[in-house]
Order: sequence, then structure tokens, then C-alpha cells
Amino acid sequence: MTVMVEIDQLSKSFGDFRAVDGISLTVSKGEVLGFLGPNGAGKTTTMRMVAGFLTPSGGTARVCGRDVVEDPTGVKSMLGYLPEGSPSYDDMTVNGFLKFIAEIRGYDGAERSARVKNVVARLGLGDVIDRPIDVLSKGYRRRVGLAQSILHDPPVLILDEPTDGLDPNQKHQVRSLIAEMAAEKAIIVSTHILEEVEAVCTRAVIISGGRVLADGTAGQLRTRLPESHAICVVLPQAAAAAAASYFKALETVAAVFETPMENGNVKLRITPKGETALAAEISAAVRQQGIPAIEVYQDRSSLDDVFRLITTGAAPRAAA
Amino acid sequence: MRNIWIITKRELAAYFATPVAFVFIAIFVGLTGAFAFYIGDFFDQNQASLQNFFSHHPWLYVLLVPAVAMRLWSEERKSGTIEQLLTLPITTTQAVLGKFLAAWLFCGIALALTVPMWITVNVLGSPDNGVILLSYIGSFIVAGAFLSIGICMSALTRNQIVAFILGAVVCFLFTMSGLDMVLNAFRDWAPETVVDTIASFSFLTRFDGMTRGVVALRDFVFFFSLMAFWLFAAILAVDTRKGT
Repeated sequence: MTVMVEIDQLSKSFGDFRAVDGISLTVSKGEVLGFLGPNGAGKTTTMRMVAGFLTPSGGTARVCGRDVVEDPTGVKSMLGYLPEGSPSYDDMTVNGFLKFIAEIRGYDGAERSARVKNVVARLGLGDVIDRPIDVLSKGYRRRVGLAQSILHDPPVLILDEPTDGLDPNQKHQVRSLIAEMAAEKAIIVSTHILEEVEAVCTRAVIISGGRVLADGTAGQLRTRLPESHAICVVLPQAAAAAAASYFKALETVAAVFETPMENGNVKLRITPKGETALAAEISAAVRQQGIPAIEVYQDRSSLDDVFRLITTGAAPRAAA
Repeated sequence: MRNIWIITKRELAAYFATPVAFVFIAIFVGLTGAFAFYIGDFFDQNQASLQNFFSHHPWLYVLLVPAVAMRLWSEERKSGTIEQLLTLPITTTQAVLGKFLAAWLFCGIALALTVPMWITVNVLGSPDNGVILLSYIGSFIVAGAFLSIGICMSALTRNQIVAFILGAVVCFLFTMSGLDMVLNAFRDWAPETVVDTIASFSFLTRFDGMTRGVVALRDFVFFFSLMAFWLFAAILAVDTRKGT
């Protein structure tokens, strides 16, 4: 795999505040890197430095072999960048704005029209092409932002929260677009929506306090949870205590947490010792012991829990 | 050069995207005329000259030029488009020069629309057209010098009103510095060289020479170095403040 983006000990301080504190990572062609972190973790600052908008306080980033500190214009020409909230000139029409971008990217005449036409078709902007950007809906504005970022077919794409504030259909469109382009580009997508990572990213990096805390696929990150294979059993209040003590006695069970539910039932969350799969044993026990279970299911710990565990150090909700 | 021109075209179009541009031009043309007729006593002079018309230009520019320049960077920072603009493959210098050029051309258009005054004096008498042409060039250069101040102030703040006030204050100081009223305040205690230095910064004195037909190279050097200085300061301001 060819390495397209190389971030090397990148840091940025604003006064005393160290927003980004020595981040290093690489992104190769064909990868979609999910850049995760709580608000204020340094995601946007890092992306702005790679995109040549902010000057790093230390370290550097290389895009397609060009150094952003030494040759910012060179890096910018290899990049497609969607700033957070996709700001664009409100008084321009979609067509005028995209033409301006195409011109600055070095296209003239027929080539320029062809480039604009291509992205307009690709992002479904045909209906709004002559409207001023400030009357467009949020979804259309985002698409205009995406259109300008891929107009020059860059080898590297950096998208800062591309689906933030969009409705589910629009989110789906943006994700399909990213997936479509993934094969021949290196793409960095920042987000705090974790489902997005599972939906489009081949790899995720979690940062917090300006540092990289975890780097791996969604599956790899999930196994970092101590209780990633819990089984939940929902049953009426009356039967709960007996069932709980029965499950606790099982050899493979580490702990049982009881949570009363709103409708008067109780949820038992049963966590295994080690990585044993409990499903078969618990369901057998439910049948044999005549436990009046209403529901039995595997509680796939969500990435949200992993995220909370890694970024705050807090254990995921024990029995929720 | 190509990139500068692309930015200039976009910015110039942005001026005319709203009716504000036309209102501004109407005010400029109206006021220059009104000043010449009512304050400059254009008819009572009984002279076929536009000196009374031009002599009020710097005073008008003190208020009008910062208004032209105020949005150039403040708006970009406020709306966040500065991030879009400066992640395109251009340098900050190109962006600043492109915007400056657009604003200067806009002022040039406003100035060009006062040409009926020029025609009028030619109908009424036979003025020295060389002097008038030099005055137009001088007025255009003074507008450029004020603009370079305005664009730097615009880069310092994300609030357009603050940019306007800062710009107007600095332009006002440069205009006033040649008046006796100001210089007398320094004559009492400051050494002669200081007083002369302050006087030499005056736009009024230098522009006055031009409207009388005096072509002095040092006046041109003064205005162009002033522009270079403020534009350089603007580039630094954009670079240091763009992320905040």
C-alpha cells in the first residue's frame, strides 16, 4: 500500500493551551480513516494543519511526499478539503462558486466547464445550480462543499464532519459517495458519530487531549472493552432475584448486574469470565430452569462504550 | 499573477452582488459633486478648474474607503470562508493582493463616474486637462493608500464595524497630520525633525501638490511605499490571526 498522508509528531499550541500534542499517523491509498474524538480533542486543529490552513507549532505532515511546512501550496494542490460546516461564499451561485474553485485549481475553458459539470452531476446539484448558496438547505450546502473538494479529483481527501447536521438520507448519500471514492484515494473523515466509523471507515483513530489514544479497525477497538460479550436476560420482577443468584453460581459467569426497567421488568446483564461465549449456556439454563425470560440477547457493546472508556477512562455503563 | 486576478474577479463580483455597491457609488459621486458646488463654491470661483472638486477627496475617502475595505477579511473570518479560501492552492500574499486590487478597482469605477464633472468644466471653459488627469491619478492613488490601511484593519478583527472604525481613525490621522492645527500641538515641545516627519506623512499636503499640477516623484514613492507597508502588515495579520 502506498502511504499518501504521513503525520509526523504534529503539534499546535494556542498560547498555553496545547491543542494537538504530538500526533503521528499514516494513511495509505484505499484507506478511509475515521478520526474520532470528543469535541475539543484536536481533530479540527489537526486537519487544518494537514490542509495547510494553520501552521504547526511542531512536527509536520507530508501529503503525497510534499511537506506542508515547506511547501504548503504543493500540499494544498494534492488535497481536497472540506472545512467544518462547509463554509462557502453565500452571495455566489452554486455554478459561480464551483467555477471559481475550478479556476483557482488551474482549469480553464472547456476543461473547467467539464469539471464543474462532472461534480454537479455526481452530487446531484443540477436543480440548484443557479441559486445563491445562502438560500440552499444544509444538505445542499454540504454537497456544494463536497463538490468543491473533489472537483480536481485529488489523491487525498480530508473531510471535517461531512455528515454533521444532515438528515439520515443525506448522511447515507454522503457515506455512499465516500465509499465510492475510497478505492483510489486516501480519505480522512472526522466525526463524533460512531456509527459512521462502522459504516464507512476501514480504520479508526481515537484522539483526546491532542493525543492518539487508540488506532485500529472498529472490531479491534471493540475488543478493548472488558465485557464485550455480555448476555442480557429480561424477566419479571418476581423471578429476578432467584434467576440472578442462579446465573451467578455458574462457573463461566463473572458478574450479574440487575437493572429495574420502566415497565416493572428487570434486566440481568451477565458478563463472562474471559472471552467465553455465554449465549448457549444461558439460553439452555433459561429453558431447563424454567426461568420466565421475556427476552434473551447478546449485548454487543457499542463503539460508544469503547469511545467513552478510552477518552474518559470511565468504565462503560455497568448494567444499563 | 493568475491567482491574484482570479481572486480579484471574484471579489469585484462580490461587491456588485448586493445593491450596496450602487448605493456607495451614488453617495460618492453625489458627495464629490455637492462638496465641489456648495463648499468649494465651484461657480463663484469663476475658474475652469477642478481643484475645488478634488481637494475634498481625501476627506471623503476617510469615511468611504474604510467602508469599502471593511468586509474584505472580517467577513471571511466571521463566516469561516477564510478556511476555504486559504486551503486552495494559493498563498496569503496572492489572496491579500487580489482583494486589494478588487477594492481598488471598485474605487476606480466610482471615481470614473465623476467624469461628467470633467466634461462640464470643458464645456464651460478651457481648463488645464493635464492637471485634471494628474489629479484623477493622484486621487486614485490616495484611495489605494487608504485602502491598504483599511484592508490591514479588516484583517485584524472579525467585526466589520470595528474594522471600519479602526480604518477610519488611522486614515483620519494620516490626513490630519499635515494641518497646522495638528502640527502646532507638537511645535511647542517636539524637535523640528519630529514635526517635519509628522507633516511629511500627510496625505493632504502631497495630494494638494498633485491637484495643482506638481508632479513630484517623492510623492508617488511615498504613496506606493505606504501601500507596500500596509499590505505587508495585512499579510502578516491574516497569517497570524486566520485561525482565531
